[in-house]
Amino acid sequence: MSQSRTLFDKVWDAHVVRPESADTPAVLYIDLHLIHEVTSPQAFTELRQRGLRVRRPDRTLATMDHSTPTTPRNALGVIPVIDPQAIAQLDRLRANCADFGIPLYELGSSNQGIVHVIGPEQGLTQPGMTIVCGDSHTSTHGAFGALAFGIGTSEVGHVLATQCLLQYRPRTCAVRVEGRLQPGVTAKDIILAIIAKYGVGGGTGHVFEYMGEAIRALSMEERMTICNMSIEGGARAGMVAPDDMTFEYVAGRPYAPKGADFEAALARWRRLPGDPEARFDKEMFLDASALAPMITYGTNPGMGMPIDAAIPSPEQLPDASSRQALDKALSYMGLAPGKPLLGHKVDVVFIGSCTNSRISDLRQVAAFFKGRKVAEGVRVMVVPGSQQVKRQAEAEGLDEIFRAAGAEWREAGCSACLGMNDDKVPPGKYALSTSNRNFEGRQGPGARTLLASPLTAAATALTGVVTDPRTMLDGVATV
Amino acid sequence: MEPVTTFSGKAVALVADDVDTDQIIPAAYLKVTDKSGLAEGLFKAWRYLPDGTPSPDFPLNRPEAAGATVLVTGRNFGCGSSREHAPWALQGYGFKAVIALSFADIFRNNSLKIGLLPIVIDEASHRELLRYLEADPDTSVTVDLPNQQVILPGGRAVSFPIDGFAKHCLVHGVDQLGFILQQEESIAAYEAATPAWVNTLRPDERG
Repeated sequence: MSQSRTLFDKVWDAHVVRPESADTPAVLYIDLHLIHEVTSPQAFTELRQRGLRVRRPDRTLATMDHSTPTTPRNALGVIPVIDPQAIAQLDRLRANCADFGIPLYELGSSNQGIVHVIGPEQGLTQPGMTIVCGDSHTSTHGAFGALAFGIGTSEVGHVLATQCLLQYRPRTCAVRVEGRLQPGVTAKDIILAIIAKYGVGGGTGHVFEYMGEAIRALSMEERMTICNMSIEGGARAGMVAPDDMTFEYVAGRPYAPKGADFEAALARWRRLPGDPEARFDKEMFLDASALAPMITYGTNPGMGMPIDAAIPSPEQLPDASSRQALDKALSYMGLAPGKPLLGHKVDVVFIGSCTNSRISDLRQVAAFFKGRKVAEGVRVMVVPGSQQVKRQAEAEGLDEIFRAAGAEWREAGCSACLGMNDDKVPPGKYALSTSNRNFEGRQGPGARTLLASPLTAAATALTGVVTDPRTMLDGVATV
Repeated sequence: MEPVTTFSGKAVALVADDVDTDQIIPAAYLKVTDKSGLAEGLFKAWRYLPDGTPSPDFPLNRPEAAGATVLVTGRNFGCGSSREHAPWALQGYGFKAVIALSFADIFRNNSLKIGLLPIVIDEASHRELLRYLEADPDTSVTVDLPNQQVILPGGRAVSFPIDGFAKHCLVHGVDQLGFILQQEESIAAYEAATPAWVNTLRPDERG
């Protein structure tokens, strides 16, 4: 093809089984299908009713993460599941995987974890792939230069049966992040700032490609944090062009190609970054060097601000509908317009979720906690993204640091991100969370969520009030 | 699937932007393995007071909203989680269409798959429809999918865009999976050309 193409264009074009026509969408091939207990059972029922098999169980991987407890193991080394509905859902996944020959990372087994943590960890997530899952945070895998997006249960059924999806080509949006982050400011702050600037619907209909000096400087795990929250900006997918950092991260992982296959893969992956002249349908821009740690004050991820700013007042807003939305949000949050969030008391600090539960996130928190205690009266939950992250953290002694500081060190899973397992924030209580959504009731009915980075979470856990991590960097190693 | 063509129904307004799928159906209701109980959980936190009694101010709880089949709402409806439980819950409650200024991508896709019509109309028509609903809460609209029109209470027809393939499937009651299954030959040819180094999972793989 002579035309200049973006990264997205190249990945899309390579997966078209049947091109889009005037009457039909494209049939797009899916390289990897990740499934979990919550959004798959009805799809398997559909397959059974129609007498269909799973076309490529060898390109399908199941894990248990959403409805699972993260309570520590019992004396037998088992994670006890008490909720009868969760038990039924997990049993159903087990039966579906057994009947259709799909590999399953069983609760508590050595590779189990949050679906978006285990794909990259196993080397299943590779540049140039198409990856889907019945989960909107599938965008996470775009950090590797994959086209990865969330789908609904009907589409889970389509992929199980055919390994394909019907898709219209989305538009593209370049998200340029220039400059260098200041100490104490992280990838999470970049994505929260982009969403605050362009809104929760800013990316609708588009695939983001994050680029620029600040993005290139980020580690793979930081890039995952950014791509993870693309959906919070309305984009179904977010991508970063793969580079040497990407290839090094993939190399040697269990499912990464080996030897000559790796060389062949590498030659292909190096051709993925967009052509210099490639055009995007839309552009967004952020100056990372001017960025402060970000925090949300409202009930969608776009209601965010620099941590040292004052909560906006509805009167400052241009239109009636956004004034009404802010009014409603602040009333739910029990926050006053014009007041700072710094110094506001929190009840829970949640460190985890597919956004920020990887080893580098835990190392940052541990660096803050080392030799210190979390504030009295604050429940601090540290939830690793996977069993592998948990083992790594324990090998490094991070679990000891968390426990010594007075934080809970739990089993891997989605945990308090979404209020569907036993980990919830009580009604009316404030949680500073490293997760991705601050919707009303997201972390439990009536829960009030403030989204921020792991550094802000760590600083806040130590003081018990919303704290700017930049004020606590002295003496903190490796941040 | 039952064909979706033309229907008239009572409309109810939920005047808000960015209504997320956690509001439409909270995660606590996602623990089912079928579609049961979802209508009960629809807008749970807004429909009920903390003591479990219906919230009298919530639009769906007003007596005149009983039997409504068309939900009229604002911008970016259905943002957030990909849970198809959100359109299932709306459909289970009795809604056949949602009229909005815009939809989140995944919610729109999911709704089209199950025959809950996601209808985007222009701002002026949206304002007009809300005015009718404010003046008379017992207001009906007609949705004509084959002609891609919403007929407002005053009789004015407003066009709406819809993905042509989804429309074809809905009007004829054909499901989309059937179409992909017919592409077997192309899919097999595509797979045959996949490089051998693409690693695949072993069926006996265990965590």
